[in-house]
Amino acid sequence: MGFKELIIQKVKEQFDNSIEEIKEFRGDLSITIKKEKIVELAKLLKEDNDLHFETCIDVTAIDWATRKNRFTVVYHVYSYKNNFTLRIKANIDDNPPQIESVTSVWKSANWYERETYDMYGIIFINHPDLRRIYMPEGFEYHPLRKDFPVLGIPGSLPLPDKID
Amino acid sequence: MEKKNIYSDEKLLKKLLEDKDITIEDALENEMVINMGPQHPATHGVLRLVLRLDGETVLGVIPELGYLHRGYEKMAEEMTYIEYIPHTDRLDYTATMCNNVAYVLAVEKLLGIEAPKRAQYIRMMVAELSRIAAHMVAIGTYAMDVGAVTMVMWTFREREKIQNIFDRLAGARFTTSYTRIGGVANDADDVTLKMVRDFLDQHHSALDEMDKLLLKNKIFINRLEGVGILPKDEAISLGVTGPNLRASGVEYDVRRAKPYLFYNEIDFDIPTQTEGDCLARYYQRGEEVRESVKILYQILDKMPQGEVLANVPKHVLPHKTEIYTKMEELIHDFMLINYGINPPVGDVFFSAENPKGELGFYIVSNGTGHPWKLKIRSPSFCNLQALPVVCKGAMISDVIAIIGSLDPVMGEADK
Repeated sequence: MGFKELIIQKVKEQFDNSIEEIKEFRGDLSITIKKEKIVELAKLLKEDNDLHFETCIDVTAIDWATRKNRFTVVYHVYSYKNNFTLRIKANIDDNPPQIESVTSVWKSANWYERETYDMYGIIFINHPDLRRIYMPEGFEYHPLRKDFPVLGIPGSLPLPDKID
Repeated sequence: MEKKNIYSDEKLLKKLLEDKDITIEDALENEMVINMGPQHPATHGVLRLVLRLDGETVLGVIPELGYLHRGYEKMAEEMTYIEYIPHTDRLDYTATMCNNVAYVLAVEKLLGIEAPKRAQYIRMMVAELSRIAAHMVAIGTYAMDVGAVTMVMWTFREREKIQNIFDRLAGARFTTSYTRIGGVANDADDVTLKMVRDFLDQHHSALDEMDKLLLKNKIFINRLEGVGILPKDEAISLGVTGPNLRASGVEYDVRRAKPYLFYNEIDFDIPTQTEGDCLARYYQRGEEVRESVKILYQILDKMPQGEVLANVPKHVLPHKTEIYTKMEELIHDFMLINYGINPPVGDVFFSAENPKGELGFYIVSNGTGHPWKLKIRSPSFCNLQALPVVCKGAMISDVIAIIGSLDPVMGEADK
């Protein structure tokens, strides 16, 4: 049994009803799970002796703009022991979008989740320090959302006063 | 428009202005918060740190990013895959070729195509040259930050030679934009390969000279030894990659773990250190440069002949000379430039070993010419997350050494 099948089997054993999709594209395995179960899945992936996904290497989100579940949060986790990168996805449908933070499991997710919050406005519940990371404090928009124009919104960033 | 006060808390501002009892002794007795950067020469760009100090000991650090945020992920959604190649130069601007290579490999993974073998060997060659150049900048500026100013002249002299090679190969010294989807822009002719070999032949002695300059320097060693220790498990849990991770004793290199290009045909070692301090991170970069030289010799010996662009007309731009003489090529060029390369619907994550760490691209395609989403997993950003942990308990002057040893490039960290 390959490592991919092992992951699928272990995840299916525990989260049979919560898995929405398991897909493989160009060799990348991705598992879509209900957002309520994300922390439990993270714990399983990290603490299971065979899986051993010690580190989260990336967190981001996708804005689908027109779909019912507008946002999808995407995690990439890596196992040094098994040399494997796994993608986890969770669809979010509520407004404002929110999901449980995985910082309690993977410490490195801290900044990645801050970045996702800054860019997409997704609120990570129980995050220790959920502040904007790139945009200035007090900025009202979330730039990577599809309804934010590429040229920016005039007046959204405070500029110095003109000298008369 | 009503004028806004920069202090959000007006009560606090009033109290600060009215308090006449603050003396110099207060700062010495109590904890002190100071601001470092973003305009600080040792922060390698525009990194801002807010430090809490007790005397000279650092109690805590909060890094503030975003001063160089240009929104490259947003811009990617508005341009075609081909148009985005020059923008990857501006991520880690000390290792432009590595970024070019990583980006086109990610797009090729999405498309499911592969470049010809010669193109892949040339990509490997430029990536390794770029790695040497980036490590030269890293070592030079790092030594300069801690007081060894001569070093930067020596390392930049070596980098200059690499840039001359890039100038001949790509037509630009700094912002190369050399790779293309499905190959590279120009073939490397014999003169260029000779230039690379000449560079390598003299580089060994130059490296030895640099080591002599620094490693017999007691001030340099004492300044760095045992400073800013990043333990192994901490490095893994914080997502640190690249030389910083290997200096803490983890033998992880993407070139070995998930071989891309033809790194599986090349014989090379992954140097590691065990100490995880600032000096170990210096040694680590020096040893990696030596490995890169070893890799480059093998690439030059094994360089195959053949095409440098894949023959996939629906996805790969044709040669410029053929566009003006052949009808089919002209049509394909027009379609690719105007409508894009239209990869299949899906998402891929590809990561490559950059001088700073693991650079990843996560691309979501909806089948059109533009990426629906493009996320850059930038190693400098992830490595900076370790800064508060490493700086805790250090002296304030060590903060400079620690930033230099972690070697962030803000163009990449801020995207």
